[in-house]
Amino acid sequence: MDMGSFMQQFVQQLINGISLGSIYALVALGYTMIYGIIKLINFAHGDIYMLGAYFGFIATTMFGFSFIPAILFSMACAALAGIIIERVAYRPMRNAPRIAILITAIGVSFFLEYSMILIATPQPRTFPAVFEATIYHFGPLVVNSQQIVILISALILMAVLTYIVQNTKAGKAMRAVSFDADAARLMGINIDRVISMTFALGSALAAAGGVLVGIYYNSIDPLMGMVPGIKAFVAAVLGGIGIIPGAMLGGIILGVVEAMVSGFFSSTFRDAAAFAILILILLYKPAGILGKNVREKV
Amino acid sequence: MKKVTKVFSVMVASVALAAMLSGCGGDKKPAGGDTIKVGGNLEMTGGSASFGISSKNAIELAFKNINDKGGINGKKLELVVADNKSEAAEATNAMQKLVSQDKVVAVIGPNLSSATIAAGAINNGSKVLDIAPMATNPNVTVDPATGKTKEYNFRACFIDPFQGTVMANFAKNDLQATKAAILIDNSSDYAKGLAAFFKENFIKNGGTVVAEESYLQKDTDFKATLTKIKAAAPDILYVPGYYQEVGMIVKQGREMGIEIPMAGGDGWDSAKLPEIAGKAALNNTYFSSLYSPDDDSALNKAFVSEYEKAYKVKPDVFAALAYDSALLVAEAIKNAGDTDPVKIAQSMAKINGFQGVSGTVTFDAQHNPVKSAVIIEHKDGAQTFRTKINP
Repeated sequence: MDMGSFMQQFVQQLINGISLGSIYALVALGYTMIYGIIKLINFAHGDIYMLGAYFGFIATTMFGFSFIPAILFSMACAALAGIIIERVAYRPMRNAPRIAILITAIGVSFFLEYSMILIATPQPRTFPAVFEATIYHFGPLVVNSQQIVILISALILMAVLTYIVQNTKAGKAMRAVSFDADAARLMGINIDRVISMTFALGSALAAAGGVLVGIYYNSIDPLMGMVPGIKAFVAAVLGGIGIIPGAMLGGIILGVVEAMVSGFFSSTFRDAAAFAILILILLYKPAGILGKNVREKV
Repeated sequence: MKKVTKVFSVMVASVALAAMLSGCGGDKKPAGGDTIKVGGNLEMTGGSASFGISSKNAIELAFKNINDKGGINGKKLELVVADNKSEAAEATNAMQKLVSQDKVVAVIGPNLSSATIAAGAINNGSKVLDIAPMATNPNVTVDPATGKTKEYNFRACFIDPFQGTVMANFAKNDLQATKAAILIDNSSDYAKGLAAFFKENFIKNGGTVVAEESYLQKDTDFKATLTKIKAAAPDILYVPGYYQEVGMIVKQGREMGIEIPMAGGDGWDSAKLPEIAGKAALNNTYFSSLYSPDDDSALNKAFVSEYEKAYKVKPDVFAALAYDSALLVAEAIKNAGDTDPVKIAQSMAKINGFQGVSGTVTFDAQHNPVKSAVIIEHKDGAQTFRTKINP
C-alpha cells in the first residue's frame, strides 16, 4: 500500500468511525448521566435505544411524520418510558445494595427485549427512508448525507445537553445531586424529581440514537440494543463514567478504533479491540481518560 | 457410553412395544393389496407449517399423476401424512406412527434437519427408507459419531457447501471474475461452509482471493470492512450470509461506490432483501439456490403449470423438492419390483441420472444427490432465473 492510498483509506475510515462513534456517544451519554447521579449501571439503556427506534418507526410509518417531528416524538416517548422504568423498577430499590439494583437493571433489559418480541415479533423491520441518502464524492472519499445528519444531530443534542447541565437551574440541581445527594436534599432539592429528569434526558438521547440508526441502517429489531448497549458502556467507561464530555470522547474514540481495526487489521478483531480497550482502561486508568482519581471515602 | 446404550435400549423397547400393540389390532391388511402406502412426516402445524403444507401438496400432485398413469407395477400410491408439528420430538413420534402403525414402505420428510436427524433413529431401526426434501445438514445422512452413512436416510437437496462450489464456477465462467473478496458471517456454520468451498474452487479455477473478511449476525455497520475490501479492488464480492446482514452489506457497499457483482447462497432468498438493500442496489447481484420456478426445463414447466392449476400459487422450493422426493420414491419402488422396504432402500441408493423438476439426481455414497443448482439474479428487486449450473 503506497502512502497516497494509505492516507485516502485512513481518512475514509476516520469518516466511517466518527459517524459510528457519534451514535455510541449518544447512547453512552445516558449511561454516564445515570451513573453519575445514582451510581447505577443501567443495563436496560441499550433497550431504551431500541424502544426509541421503534417509536421512530411508529411515527414515520403510522403517523407519516418527517424526520425532525419523528425524532422529537420518539425522544418524548422514550423520556416517558425512562421515567416510568425508574419509577417502577429502580426507585423501590434506591436503598438496596448496589448489586441488587444492577440485577434489576438486567431484568428490565430482558423485560423490554422480550416484551418487544412479543408485541412486534422478532422479525426485523425495514425503517422507511425519511430522506434520500445523497452520496457526496470528495475526490476518492465517499460521504453519505445520512452520516452528516447523524453527526450534526449528535453534535446539536450534545450541545443542548451541555447547556442544560451547565446553565440551567435543573442542571445545577443534577450536578448537586451527583456531587452529594444527601447534602443536596438538605439544601431543599427534590432528589426524586432530579433523578426522573436524568432518566428522561438520558433516555431521550438514546432514543435519538435509535432513530438515527434506524434511518442509517434501514433495519430495526427487538434485540438491536444489546451490542450497542455494551459498546456504549465501554465508551462511557473509556471516557470516564459519570463525566459527560468523557462519554462523547469515549464514543468517538471507540468508533474510530473499531473502524481502524476493521480497516487495517481484520474485521474479526473489531469487537475484541473494543473490549481490550475496556480491560486496559480498567487496569491502568480505572477512572477513564477524563476521570480524576478520587480516593474512596472509607 | 452407558447412557447411550440405555437410551438405545429404551428406544428398542418402545419400538417393540409399539409393534406388539399394532400387532394386537388384528386387522392386518394383506401385504399384496392394491395400494402402496408412503408416509409423509411433515410440518403441518408449528413454526414451519408453510414448508410442510407445500410439500404435502406437491407429493399429492406427484402421486395423482403416477396413479393416473396406472400406478407402480399395477398398484396405486397412497400418502399417509403424520404431523411433526415442526418439532424434533414430534417428528420422532410421527415416524414411529408411520412405520409401526401405518406400515408405510417409505417415508418422505421432515424438511427440518433437526427433526430429520431425530426421526432417523426410528426409521433406521425399523429399516424403512426416509427421504428428506430439504434437510441440508450433513448429519442427516451420515452418523457423526462413526462417519458411516445412515443406510435408510436420503435427501433430495444438495448439502450447503455445494452452493459455494456452484458460485465459484458461475463467477469464473459467466462473470469472468478473477479476483474475489469474501465476507463471511462468522456466527453461522452455513456461511463458513459455503465460503470455504467457494474459496477452494475459485482458486482451483485460476482465480485469487484478494480479501477475506468476516462479520457477526446482528452487525449493522460494515463500512469499515467494505472500505478495506474496496481498496483491494476485487471483481466479485461473495457474501454467503443471511438476507438481514446481506441487505445492509449490499446497501452500504453500493453507497461506498462498490459496483462489482455481489453473490451469495440461498440465505439471500427473501422478499425482505429488496426492502433492506434497495432495489437499485440489488442489481448485479446473484445467489445460488436449489430451485427456481422459472427454470425452463420441460419437466419443470409442466410441474409449475399443474401445481398452479391445483393450488393457485407458484410452487416454492419445498414443493419442488418434495415433488422430486415423491418421484424418487416411486422410481425406487418400481426398480425394486417389490414393496419390501429394505429392497426399496437398496434400489434408491442405486438411482442414477434421474430427471426431476429441480435437476438431475444421482446419489453419492453419503446418499446426497449430486445435482444441478440454479443461479438467481436480482433485476430491479425481482428474482429472475439466470442459469443452471451442473456439478
